[in-house]
Amino acid sequence: MHELSIATSLIDVACDAAGDEGAERVLSLRVRLGPLAGVDHEALLFAFGFAAEGTMCEGARLLIEEVPVTVYCPDCDAVKRLPEIYQFTCPDCGTPTPEMRTGREMELASLEIDSHEAAHS
Amino acid sequence: MKPRILEVRTKILKHNDEIAREMRSDFARRGLFVVNLVSSPGAGKTELLTHTLSRLGRDYRIAAVVGDLATENDARRIATSGAPTKQIETGNICHLEADMVSGAIADWNLDEFDFLFIENVGNLVCPTSFDLGEHLRVLLLSVTEGEDKPLKYPTLINTADVTLITKIDIAEAVGFDADQMKANIQSARPGITMLDVASKRGDGMEAWIDFLVERRAAFLTDDNAVSSARS
Ligand SMILES: Nc1nc2c(ncn2[C@@H]2O[C@H](COP(=O)(O)OP(=O)(O)OP(=O)(O)O)[C@@H](O)[C@H]2O)c(=O)[nH]1
Ligand SMILES: [Mg+2]
Ligand SMILES: [Zn+2]
Repeated sequence: MHELSIATSLIDVACDAAGDEGAERVLSLRVRLGPLAGVDHEALLFAFGFAAEGTMCEGARLLIEEVPVTVYCPDCDAVKRLPEIYQFTCPDCGTPTPEMRTGREMELASLEIDSHEAAHS
Repeated sequence: MKPRILEVRTKILKHNDEIAREMRSDFARRGLFVVNLVSSPGAGKTELLTHTLSRLGRDYRIAAVVGDLATENDARRIATSGAPTKQIETGNICHLEADMVSGAIADWNLDEFDFLFIENVGNLVCPTSFDLGEHLRVLLLSVTEGEDKPLKYPTLINTADVTLITKIDIAEAVGFDADQMKANIQSARPGITMLDVASKRGDGMEAWIDFLVERRAAFLTDDNAVSSARS
């Protein structure tokens, strides 16, 4: 279960960013995951729940946005979305292409934080 | 109190990535070529490593780091090749992380080595996103684990630079379909280099060693010859 390592890193990054803004609490986190990052969503949600205990993220909602796998097809000269993440061929013309454009993301996009209005000024 | 949205846009594994990036440039400055071996449990990483070290060790200075959940067996097997070997006991963690590697090699003088091999924990998913500062990520797929593995587990192969089909000495006995396996590998990662080996018997070992030597030579002459999966 590498999701526990990932949840711990996520909480570190979130607490740092929220702390810099003088936040008291993180209410929700929005993360972007590509299917090729190898992160199981259920496992991450589960790991996040207990890794967050005792941190600013305790009780926060974790919102996962799935990023599609897209590739550049040289024949079509266009970016295409792959229907199957194990088949790197253009869905329209069948040309194999290793040129991935998105799909491996694992990032914290944004946070919803609670803070005193004065804290930032 | 007033809730508000804070845009962050930061990689979750930022900390691991930073350590890995620093290690990679340190390795490059020293001319040390670093190889990360990944596979499902039992695909033959330790066996391959042991034979690789004794062959490559005739002409190059080599060290190895091996990650293992609980035992020191692999480190002991690898050490029989004579190469300096460090063991990382990962406990219940199913993959290596950059800081574990940096801790394990901290008291070595890296200038003394030409190649460093890292045997990752046997797992076909978890090591995917953890950059270890390597220059080459090698995925081993054994003939016994089924031709469909590249399709069922496409994440790790997506970050690999080369695949080795291992244990080809028993391919026939297990009814291994080499064409199907290769088609599946190419489906998940078009264009990836594929090599066949039987570490114990020696089949394909010369080609594998030549491949390593060539890749290191390219790495020494070109700072940008770093694996496609990482930056
Ligand atoms: N027939 C045959 N057996 C092999 C070969 N390579 C490894 N084996 C056997 O496969 C089993 C597992 O090999 P290891 O080298 O320990 O595999 P590993 O990937 O290091 O395993 P973990 O570290 O536990 O993930 C052992 O019984 C080896 O003897 C090979 O080329 N041919
Ligand atoms: Mg092993
Ligand atoms: Zn196309």
